[in-house]
Amino acid sequence: MSSILKKAAVVSIPTVRQALARSNPVLANALLAKRQYSKGGVEMTVRDALNSALEEEMTADEKIYLMGEEVGQYNGAYKVSKGLLDKFGPKRVIDTPITESGFCGLAVGSAFAGLKPVCEFMTWNFAMQAIDQIVNSAAKTHYMSGGNVTCPITFRGPNGAASGVAAQHSQCFAAWYGSVPGLKVVSPWNSEDAKGLLKAAIRDPNPVVVLENELMYGVSFPMSEAALSKDFVIEIGKAKIEKEGSDITIVAHSRSVGFALEAAHLLEKEGICKAEVINLRSIRPLDIDTIIKSVKKTNRLVTVEGGWPQYGVGSEICAQIMESEAFDHLDAPVVRITGADIPTPYAQNLETLAFPDTDVISRVIKRTLNKKIGA
Amino acid sequence: MLPISRVRSLSTVTTRATTTLQQTATRSFASSAVVPQFHIKLNPDSFHTYNCETPSLEVEVSKKDLIDMYSSMATIRRMEMTADGLYKAKLIRGFCHLSTGQEAVSVGMESAMTSNDKLITAYRSHGFTYMRGGSLVSIFGELLGRKNGISKGKGGSMYMFTPRLQGGNGIVGAQVPVGAGLAFAQKYLGRKETTFVIYGDGAANQGQVFESFNMAKLWELPAVFVCENNRYGMGTSAERSSASVDYFKRGDYIPGLRVDGMDVLAVHQATKYAKEWTDAGRGPLVLEVETYRYGGHSMSDPGTTYRTREEIQKVRAKSDPITGLKHSLLEYKALTEEEIKDLDKTARATVDKEAEEAKAEPEPDMSEFSTSVYVKGHEVPFLRGREPSEVYRF
Repeated sequence: MSSILKKAAVVSIPTVRQALARSNPVLANALLAKRQYSKGGVEMTVRDALNSALEEEMTADEKIYLMGEEVGQYNGAYKVSKGLLDKFGPKRVIDTPITESGFCGLAVGSAFAGLKPVCEFMTWNFAMQAIDQIVNSAAKTHYMSGGNVTCPITFRGPNGAASGVAAQHSQCFAAWYGSVPGLKVVSPWNSEDAKGLLKAAIRDPNPVVVLENELMYGVSFPMSEAALSKDFVIEIGKAKIEKEGSDITIVAHSRSVGFALEAAHLLEKEGICKAEVINLRSIRPLDIDTIIKSVKKTNRLVTVEGGWPQYGVGSEICAQIMESEAFDHLDAPVVRITGADIPTPYAQNLETLAFPDTDVISRVIKRTLNKKIGA
Repeated sequence: MLPISRVRSLSTVTTRATTTLQQTATRSFASSAVVPQFHIKLNPDSFHTYNCETPSLEVEVSKKDLIDMYSSMATIRRMEMTADGLYKAKLIRGFCHLSTGQEAVSVGMESAMTSNDKLITAYRSHGFTYMRGGSLVSIFGELLGRKNGISKGKGGSMYMFTPRLQGGNGIVGAQVPVGAGLAFAQKYLGRKETTFVIYGDGAANQGQVFESFNMAKLWELPAVFVCENNRYGMGTSAERSSASVDYFKRGDYIPGLRVDGMDVLAVHQATKYAKEWTDAGRGPLVLEVETYRYGGHSMSDPGTTYRTREEIQKVRAKSDPITGLKHSLLEYKALTEEEIKDLDKTARATVDKEAEEAKAEPEPDMSEFSTSVYVKGHEVPFLRGREPSEVYRF
């Protein structure tokens, strides 16, 4: 397949390009962009990466279907499922009534009966109406049935803060779902993450929660040639070192990875430190080994997340580090950088103070670097 | 040509109407015995019933009531269009769901409610906030995220509350059991009051709506479940979401009434009937109000991908609530064309003035960041910010 793509990009055979545009418009656009932008690489938005993942998996397996509010005719509330109804028809792309508890339960039931649903929540806030079905019906059943019943379902949707959408629409659910045995939970940051993790989630026979982020949907990232392949998957439970460093480790997931990288580059430019940035990619299972290995190298650790501090992702990382051999390698206490412990305010000046950004991360890192145990 | 004395009394009434609009106190529609009564005939198609009587097609209403209704609808229309502009200017952020076209619902209902009745709705709530006592400046302030906003700028478009309005709610359907709870409290406290629980055609399929129906009927709660059916739940038409679009019958063992929600007098009559129903101890009632929104679901939805522009224009031309009332006012000679124009002008001027006032207000003080997470005096010892050195102590 990739040799044909190369041919289409370089030699410009019109019929091949047309065929590609018909079969996979997102990929065709990406290749066109490659020629237009002459950056030497293909770029894709997170939204298009998710769309690709859905399109590729649904093409490969007829048992996979997409269900959710406005996913079909409206082309997706955030346009993630654009074009899918046109391509696959109403049997496989289903617009539901506004009844999360009901359609989630229905999707779970269909998974028990052998289908592979992708159940979309318009935001993960609305999935609270369905959380019983996710936890009690989907997550626990394989165990309770002694392994007799499986639930190969994927739950997906935007998670965490957007902009100005206030308390009921800004909650991060990574910690809640991350605590449930029986579920796998992933939290992509960039386009490769989005595509690879969603494909992996759909292929995984366990129920998987995919926590996307609305503010990342429109952001473009380079896609490697491997990532453009229709068999590209990212292993669930493996974190990625986005930037190597020696002085401090920053662990983040989702949008926070971007802020962590910005802080790392800033601090390096200022000559303050070389920070290693780890993109968790998966919340459950948590890739603690990658974190331990990094802490042994840098001796300092901060975590960054958008969710609330109490009982959160950072709290879990701290606890696991304390309980591991990495504890002996720490030169300073681990610090968690999190969303503030309040319902999200609407007013802009207050909302800015409610979520971590590059400044907060830089500030905390500088403070942590100045600490030394026993000094 | 009106005699001079009538013109003079009209300007007095107009001033009163303007003052009423600016007050945050009770918006009273009680009419005095001296003020002329009009007997307006409703369209024979105004009501459809399900196991209940048909309300009278003759509405008895005072001139003051008619003026208040017209002014209120004109004000809400102008308020929503102003919000539209402020959103496009990026002064309003996040979500903004406008009720342009649906003015007859909030105004018609309020005209038959008392100030002790309660109302709860979902997120298309600016009109209701205004009718239930919210001042224009505090509504705009909230939309703009300013310290004088009705929720101190901390809630935004979907979270506006008054003593008579339990929001403003962002999670579709969740307001319905909460509304049943307001009615439960009214009955528990022995008050002769009604709770109007509003939800849309999209929310009408939510399981918790039916759970609320069951409890309300079982316990004979004074709840009127109002389905504000504007035909579309975001981008999904009622026919595509609901196995039955007879929302007034969905209460099954609860009787129901369907009313033309583009006619403010019909809504008034239906609400009056519903209030009499619950006051008489007959338990809950379902009231389906058929209405239409000209705008999209929210400011991020153009509103034209799932319905035609022709459909929108047709409804605007044939059923606009403000134009509809204007025709009645002229037909029954309640007001002249000139007097109606004056009401329009006053409404526009008032809205514009209060919007400017709100724009001049500052953002909330930073101290508001951590207040009201808990009730004052009963807080936790401290709340953490984004990192350990950001601490908010109580």
